Amino acid sequence: MTSIATFRGATREFRFPQGLGVVLLLLALVAFGGWRYEGFLGSYNVLSVLRYSSMFALVSLGMCFVIMTGGIDLSVGSVAALGSVVSAMLSPYGLLPGLAGGLLVGAAAGAINGLIITRLKILPFIATLAVMLAASGTALLLAGNQSVSVSYETAFMTLGQGDLLAPLRPEWIDAEDANWFAGPLGLLFGFPTPAWIALAAYVLGAIVMRWRAFGRHVLAVGGGEEAALLMGLPVGRTVFIVYLISGSLAGLAGVILAAQFGAGQPVEGAGWELFAIASVVVGGTLLTGGKGSIVATLAGSLLLGLIYTILNFENGMGWISLSAYWQSVVRGAFLLVVVIVQASFMKNTKS
Amino acid sequence: MSDISVFLKRWGAVLALVLLILFNLAFTPHFATTQTLAINLTQVAVVMVVGVGMTLVIATGGIDLSVGSLMAIAGALSPMIFTGQLFPVPNLYVGIALGIVLPVMVAGMFGYFNGWLITRFSIQPIIATLVLFIAGRGIAQVWTNGDLQVFKVPEFQQIAIGRLLGVPFQVWIMAVIVIAATWTLRKTVFGRQVLAIGGNEAAARLAGVPVARVKTIVYVVSGVCSGIAGLIVIAMNSAADANLIGLGIELDAIAAVAVGGTLLTGGRATILGTLIGALIIQLVRYTLLANGVPDSAALIVKAGLIILAVWLQRQDRA
Repeated sequence: MTSIATFRGATREFRFPQGLGVVLLLLALVAFGGWRYEGFLGSYNVLSVLRYSSMFALVSLGMCFVIMTGGIDLSVGSVAALGSVVSAMLSPYGLLPGLAGGLLVGAAAGAINGLIITRLKILPFIATLAVMLAASGTALLLAGNQSVSVSYETAFMTLGQGDLLAPLRPEWIDAEDANWFAGPLGLLFGFPTPAWIALAAYVLGAIVMRWRAFGRHVLAVGGGEEAALLMGLPVGRTVFIVYLISGSLAGLAGVILAAQFGAGQPVEGAGWELFAIASVVVGGTLLTGGKGSIVATLAGSLLLGLIYTILNFENGMGWISLSAYWQSVVRGAFLLVVVIVQASFMKNTKS
Repeated sequence: MSDISVFLKRWGAVLALVLLILFNLAFTPHFATTQTLAINLTQVAVVMVVGVGMTLVIATGGIDLSVGSLMAIAGALSPMIFTGQLFPVPNLYVGIALGIVLPVMVAGMFGYFNGWLITRFSIQPIIATLVLFIAGRGIAQVWTNGDLQVFKVPEFQQIAIGRLLGVPFQVWIMAVIVIAATWTLRKTVFGRQVLAIGGNEAAARLAGVPVARVKTIVYVVSGVCSGIAGLIVIAMNSAADANLIGLGIELDAIAAVAVGGTLLTGGRATILGTLIGALIIQLVRYTLLANGVPDSAALIVKAGLIILAVWLQRQDRA
C-alpha cells in the first residue's frame, strides 16, 4: 500500500495512513469555523469555497503527480493563464471548443516540458521555469496584453459559474417545511460544475495511482530513477506523461478561470505553482518523490483555501481587522509548521 | 568532444554577448551612447546584486526563492526608518544610515532563517525558501498596509541616482559586490568549501567542512544581497511599493546564473559568468524592445535562451 507510511516505535510497529493528519486538520478547521462563525457551514459559503477552490485543486493534482516522480512543475500558473486566454478566445464557438482549446494548449505546454526534461535531459526545475516564461509571453501576445472577455452567448460560462445538477433540482428541497435531508440534497444539486470537474479528476487520479501500472511506475521513478530503469520500467515515458497530465490540468484550470470570471486573464496565475507545491507538501507528499497521496493533496489545497475564508469571516466578526495581506503570512506560517513537523517525522523514521 | 564544442562551452556566453553588442551597433539607433549604456547597466545592477547571492546559493546545490520577498521587506522597512515613522531619528543623516543598515540586517536575518530551516531540519532549499517567498511579501505588505510610500530624500536616493566618475552609483555597488564575491569564491577557504559542498555534500562533511555553517552563511549573504537590491530599487523609484519590489526577480537571477554557466546542481560556479548572463538577458530584452518587438515576445526568447544555455552546459558531461 503506497498511501501508508510506516513509523517504527521503540517497542512496536504501528502504521497510520499518510495524509490522515491533514484530513483531520481540515476537519478540525471546518469544525472550528462552524463553531465560531455564523453561516460558515451554510450551503452558500460551502459551495462558493468549493467553486473558488476547484482551479487550485486541479493544479495541485497535476503537481502531486509530478512531485511523486521527484520532479517539479513551475509552469502551471502561466500555463493556466494561457489556457484561460485560449479558451476565452474560442468561447464564441461554444462550450466544447473553449474547453478543448484550453485543455489542448495546456497539454501542449506539458508535452514541451516533458520533451525538454526527457530528451534534452535538463533539470525539471529549469525546463519548467523556461516554459513558464514562454507560456506567459504567449498568453500576453495572444491577448494583446489585456484580458479577453468571454462570450456570454454560448454555454461556456457554465463551466465556471454553473451548477451541473441544477436543472434536475426538485422544487420541494427549497420549500419551507422540507425534511431533514433537504439540506444535504441541496448541497448536491447546488454542487458547482468546476467542483464536479475537480472531483472527477481526483477520483481518476486516485484510481490510476492505486490500481493502474502507471501509478506504480510513477512511484518507482520517484523512488529511484536508476533502479526503475534497471527494472525495465518505461522511465522516460512515465516522466513525459506526468508533465503532460500536469500541463493538461493547468489548462483545464485556466478554462475554469476564464469561465468563472468571464475573461481570459494573461497575467493571472502568478504564484499558483507555489500554492500547488504548498498543497502537495501540506498533504504530506515528499518532495523527493517516491511517495504521495492524492486524497491528502486535495485536503491540502482545501485547507490552504479555507485559511482565506476563515480570515474573511474573522474580519466579519469585528474583533480584529486583518487585511487580505495577512493571508499570505498565515499560509507561509502554516507551510512552515507543516514542513518542520514533516522533517522531524522523517528524522525519526530514519533513526 | 570536438574543439568547437569545447570552445563554445567555455566562451559561448561571452561570444553571445559580443554578437549582441555588434548586432546592436549595426542595427539599433542610438545604441553607442552613454545613456544607453547607463540604462542597461542600471537595469542589470539590481538583478546582478541578487544574482551574486543566488550564484553562491546555487554553488552549494541550493536555491533561494525568497529573494524578491526579502527585497520587498528591506525596501518597505527603509523609508519607515529614515522618515522617522518607526522611531524618532536625531537627524536625517543618522536616519539614512540606519535606513540602510537596519533593513539590510533584517534581510540578512531572514536569510539566516532560510539557512536555519535548511540545515537544522534538512528541508530541501526550494521548500524552505518557499515559506518566505509566500510569507515575506505578506509581511512587507502588512507593515505598509499595502500602501505606496512616496518620499523625497535626495540624500538617500544618491544610492541610485548619484554618479561617481560618470558611472551611476548603483553600478559601483554592483561592481564592488561582484569583485568581493569573485575573490571570495576563488581565493578563500570559504569559497572552496562552498564549491566542495555543492560538488558532494557527504564527501565535504567527511573531509571536515563545516557544512551547516557554510550553507547558513551562504543564505545570509543571499539575504543581504537582496536587502541591498531592495534599497536600490526604492531609491531609483523614490517610492516603496511592497506589492511590486523585486516581484519575479528570483527567475531573472536564476536565469542569469544558468546562462552564465554556473552548474545548477552545484559544485561549479562563476560570478563573472552570472554577470555576463545578466548582461545577455538584459541586452536581449533591450534589443527586442528597441527594435519594436513587444515585451511579451521577449519572454519567449528568454525562455529559449535559458534552455539553450543549460543544454550547452550539460554537453560536456555526456
